[in-house]
Amino acid sequence: MELPLLHLALVGTPNSGKTSLFNALTGSRQKVANYPGVTVERKEGFFVTPLGRQVSIVDLPGTYSLRGRSPDEEITRDFVLGKASGEIVPDLVLCVADSTNLRLTIRLLLELKRTGRPLVLVLNMFDIASRRGISVDVVRLAKELGVPVVTSIAVRKGGTADLLKLTDEISARLASEPRENSWRALSVPELRATQREADRIISDCVSLPARPDTLTARIDAIVLHPVGGLIVLALILFVMFQAVFAWAQPAMDLLKSGFDALGAFVQATLPDGLLQSFLQNGVIAGVGSVIVFLPQIILIFLFILLLEDFGYMARAAFLMDRIMGGAGLHGRAFIPLLSSFACAIPGIMATRVIDNKRDRLTTILIAPLMTCSARIPVYTLIISAFIPARDVWGFINLQGLVMFGLYAAGITSALVVSFLIKFFMLRDYAPAPFMLELPDYKVPRLKSIAIGIFTRAKMFLQRAGTTIFSMMVLIWFLASFPQPPAGATEPAINFSLAAIIGKAIEPLLAPVGFNWQIAVALIPGMAAREVAVAALGTVYAIEGGKEAAEQIGQVLASKWSLATALSMLAWYIFAPQCASTLAVIRRETGSWTWMAATFGYMLVLAYAASLLTYNVAVALGAG
Amino acid sequence: MTDTHDMRREMPLGLAQRGYTGVIRHLAAKEAGSALSDIELESRLIELGFVEGARVEVLHEGLVGRDPIAVRVDNITIAVRRREAMAIIVA
Repeated sequence: MELPLLHLALVGTPNSGKTSLFNALTGSRQKVANYPGVTVERKEGFFVTPLGRQVSIVDLPGTYSLRGRSPDEEITRDFVLGKASGEIVPDLVLCVADSTNLRLTIRLLLELKRTGRPLVLVLNMFDIASRRGISVDVVRLAKELGVPVVTSIAVRKGGTADLLKLTDEISARLASEPRENSWRALSVPELRATQREADRIISDCVSLPARPDTLTARIDAIVLHPVGGLIVLALILFVMFQAVFAWAQPAMDLLKSGFDALGAFVQATLPDGLLQSFLQNGVIAGVGSVIVFLPQIILIFLFILLLEDFGYMARAAFLMDRIMGGAGLHGRAFIPLLSSFACAIPGIMATRVIDNKRDRLTTILIAPLMTCSARIPVYTLIISAFIPARDVWGFINLQGLVMFGLYAAGITSALVVSFLIKFFMLRDYAPAPFMLELPDYKVPRLKSIAIGIFTRAKMFLQRAGTTIFSMMVLIWFLASFPQPPAGATEPAINFSLAAIIGKAIEPLLAPVGFNWQIAVALIPGMAAREVAVAALGTVYAIEGGKEAAEQIGQVLASKWSLATALSMLAWYIFAPQCASTLAVIRRETGSWTWMAATFGYMLVLAYAASLLTYNVAVALGAG
Repeated sequence: MTDTHDMRREMPLGLAQRGYTGVIRHLAAKEAGSALSDIELESRLIELGFVEGARVEVLHEGLVGRDPIAVRVDNITIAVRRREAMAIIVA
């Protein structure tokens, strides 16, 4: 007989290793979506127990209590209580604890017990605890708490075997358990009493060694040093951006020659005509020019995930708190802003960790100024076409340096904008508190990181396959029709709709040095910034024929002045056009006004920056 | 709590220097001048393990205004601004 799907929920404090346990249990069988009505990420995975029971497991946002003081924490509370709309009440709640740090989780567990849900306490990272000399009397702990306790080592193969076995045992007798919910929000005295109770149970069941984690202390002595720590942070960011530019190159060249070969193959195989043009110029040149940037996107996510897993992100927030405070930002804004280097969308969603509304709004407004990975294709293309690849001072790549400069310009402008927002709009308010756990350092879990990169690479490719592909088809259509009259001597594209539209906008953009081809490319760039590159590729390919399709960089170098190129780079530091970011801002702020405000101020900045750059460059003789 | 701690003068953790060690005596959310309400601040401090009797040590300080501070509370480390740490009375 087929048993119904068993529903599990993972609850735990931040840094309890919840997500690595989730990854260990489900592998890549994961589904990432949003909870209805809110933009909290809903991660569900699937696995099968040793006895063959099909299990669905949801990784709930980390929380220290069920009070629900942010949208994330409300989801966790409502989900456990069975009040989340459209969700099934979990059959079993797994409360995950970092075995080296039980205090806060045991208190959470005592609170969870009041909900009447069947519970299991999972002592995760048990190997690290043993190595540090922490010994836990598991049998006694289970008796004192009144819930089953199981140990696990999420990062080791077979480390979850006990948990899987226990899941089978519990699921067999689930129906017979009573389900009384007596939970309500705890008052301060109750909170204190539960923490006391937790401390009593821990002192009875756990023996802690006298020595703390010396490795973490030694690393922190450098990394959290008031001055040294900031130098380390700057070095990490610098290496990250050099790496994204330099290390990704071989893989990108490989992808590029692959697409070039594919284009050449289509050209050789198919007869001249619309179909050949569509496949070669529209599909392969267009989509290919975006997919080429996959290695860079993988690298930037690799760095972000590594730093997060290592436990460094919280330290960065600590170091930056007061410095960012000077610009009117909260220390917690550092993590969302750093994620915005990958993409502003997860960055803006990550602002939910900031519980003060005004701090959060400021962070949302400036997140799109962080150089997201979608700008990398534009930067890379222009830099490699116009900036010579030589070393300065013997070891720093000039192209990498320009890239770093563009990132720095984005960061600086974000800080200035934030300062202005604070100065003009949110003058009189006390700064929100900054309270954050600094977890012990952990060796990053390769499997977790691989899964994280895989999910994000998949999202990028899906976007390339859908949004970018359809935009490319549109651009190809606009650039190809109407066809030139018979006997025309000018390039075919000059007769097309794209030329008509581009030339209509051109007067507006002429002061910043943009030609009509750029004007055409900026419009589909609304769907996703990197489409602009693909669109330029298509426009110039149709204009210049097959040679141009293969060497878009060289074409730009011959058709644009240096001043235009620099102006384009300046434009893209601010470039407001990204429909998905604007949609997320609308959703997260719940307001069309803030979305329009973001678009407006970025457009003004982009235009002003380009105008300035272009005119200065022309004055210096780069026109 | 040892005798030496009983004899030391009570002070807010928000004034402690790097290297200070002590034991939490009580929480005084009213004293902190935090943007949070007294109840909210006290709840959050308890949730992060700042309860009476916990051992604290100030491990690190930020660059600007020696703020925030990284505090070892029993066996975890919490970063907190001095403004909120004023609510934690230690000795």
